Amino acid sequence: MNIHSNAVPESSGAQAMPPTVMRATRPFCWSVRRELWENRSIYIAPLAAAGVYMLGFLISLVWMPHHLRHLVPPDPEHPLILLAMNYAHAGMLLTVTAFLVGIFYSLDALHGERRDRSILFWKSLPVSDRTTVLAKASIPLVVLPLIVLVLTVTVQIIMRVLTIAALMLAHGDVAKEWTLPLFQMQVGLLYGLIVIALWHAPIYCWFLLVSGWARRATFLWAVLPPLALAAVEYIAFRTTHLGLLLQDRLFGFSGAAFDLKDKNGVPIDPHFIPLSLFAPGRFLSSPSLWVGLLLAAGFLAAAVRLRRYQGPI
Amino acid sequence: MTVIAQPVIAVPVVAQPVIEARGLRKAFGTTMALDGIDLRIEEGRILGIIGPNGAGKTTALNAIIGLTPYQGELKVLGRDPWMERDQLMRDVCFIADVAVLPRWMRVSQALDYVAGVHPRFDRAKAEGFLARTNIRHTSRVRELSKGMVAQLHLALVMAIDARLLVLDEPTLGLDILYRKQFYDSLLNDYFDHSRTIVVTTHQVEDVQYVLTDLMFINRGRIALNCSLEEFESRYAEVAVKPEQVAAARGFRPIHERQVLGRSILLFDLAPDKVERQQLAALGEVRTPSIADLFVAVMGDSAGQAQGAAR
Repeated sequence: MNIHSNAVPESSGAQAMPPTVMRATRPFCWSVRRELWENRSIYIAPLAAAGVYMLGFLISLVWMPHHLRHLVPPDPEHPLILLAMNYAHAGMLLTVTAFLVGIFYSLDALHGERRDRSILFWKSLPVSDRTTVLAKASIPLVVLPLIVLVLTVTVQIIMRVLTIAALMLAHGDVAKEWTLPLFQMQVGLLYGLIVIALWHAPIYCWFLLVSGWARRATFLWAVLPPLALAAVEYIAFRTTHLGLLLQDRLFGFSGAAFDLKDKNGVPIDPHFIPLSLFAPGRFLSSPSLWVGLLLAAGFLAAAVRLRRYQGPI
Repeated sequence: MTVIAQPVIAVPVVAQPVIEARGLRKAFGTTMALDGIDLRIEEGRILGIIGPNGAGKTTALNAIIGLTPYQGELKVLGRDPWMERDQLMRDVCFIADVAVLPRWMRVSQALDYVAGVHPRFDRAKAEGFLARTNIRHTSRVRELSKGMVAQLHLALVMAIDARLLVLDEPTLGLDILYRKQFYDSLLNDYFDHSRTIVVTTHQVEDVQYVLTDLMFINRGRIALNCSLEEFESRYAEVAVKPEQVAAARGFRPIHERQVLGRSILLFDLAPDKVERQQLAALGEVRTPSIADLFVAVMGDSAGQAQGAAR
């Protein structure tokens, strides 16, 4: 037994001891960190998706040089698309994985701590409800997109090295592979991830709010009321405004942030979007984006306020 | 601002109450969980709040630590707990219950996290407390026994240089060894006269020699509020032989029970009532246990309150 004989401070200790000076962001950073400790799926699921994709790609290397040698672009105007496809699919797979992880994370974020009563422990520490809720919101809005970016770039670099090695071994056309501007694709990925995070922000924030409010069945409470409203609108007025709004919120980011038709009015292939077709100006001035962000901020503010009242369930 | 100016009182050292409540009320639907509580707790006290289930103990503590809104006036260390919980938690610690530590957390993560967010946490001290236990740093909370979880929580809390510690049934479900160790650690390694502890428990016998102040609460109201010294001088218990029972009853005991053929009568020695010397003639006069006084004061009404509020 090691006994702490000096464990009791002097009588005035509690008031006299200057507390460690802390940066204001420190509780926030630690709160994000603890979310990663608790929800390891945040990085394990994208890692697993990347692993599965790499496995498929490795197997495809066996026949790929032959395939690339005899490849005839379906659209001679865009010869890069066939080369880009593999790389683009890696990014898409990881983005979809991150979306699913983000949805299920958000639905549980403020519910789990009430269910297992640990909210009483978190609330016993000097971390405000606002810091807690913002830390939880930052997981789908910041952390997951960053993980997707880093993993996709890593996977794509490994893929390129392996592709070139395979082509050289098979005496394939290495020069043609180099015509694909991979870095430009990765800049596009970064842009796309920012766009998707901002566009989907109200979805995640709504799910967070529901997770802080519903006592059970968070998924149903999050999903059914909007669908029910859309159904009521259709039955009552035979219109589909709300349904279209919901659809636009899920998938509308591509039309808002990219010119999906080239200068001749031909729809472009989403596997490789040239920089010239990025439309950040239009995206940032789209009312839809700002209405969504306002809603997201409102949902977050409500979730912060709600957490003050919430205890274990 | 924690200092409240008191220009009228010219006493050099004005003890600022750690907790001050006036007319504290809280209703759940139509039941009053707190029905006008007035409370003033000075620094350096250990207050035990004792009450039947549903008496409002937890509600009172939750109001003090900012977990529940309330009506009436309440200041904890000069702050409004409901509006300033996160600020208040720099100086206030609480253990709301056993088993609120997140089950997925590793012991080392708990230490890292509290060290990360709490400016007054002394990690070396917590490690020192843990070194006395069988808790390994790599264990997850869910792998620990209930007693070990309580030890871990106490180690975290005792390493925080807080001014007020609030404990709500901190030893519920623990065996007697862990319970004794819990209060021993609290008294020997933590408590000093600059700190204040408020504790609720049903295991009254555990805390009898720990408390400096005692409060009985029933149906949202304070039924008894005194220091332990007052308790000891005011209440007396006499074991009376059968032939003297009638005489003893003449002194109007507040409670009577039978143990092994003897009647044990509990008296309130308030000035206008019976005197200690008069009781001495009946038999040996002892200080009653808090549990016996609790039964005497609350016995009749407690049953009705059960489940009426929480």
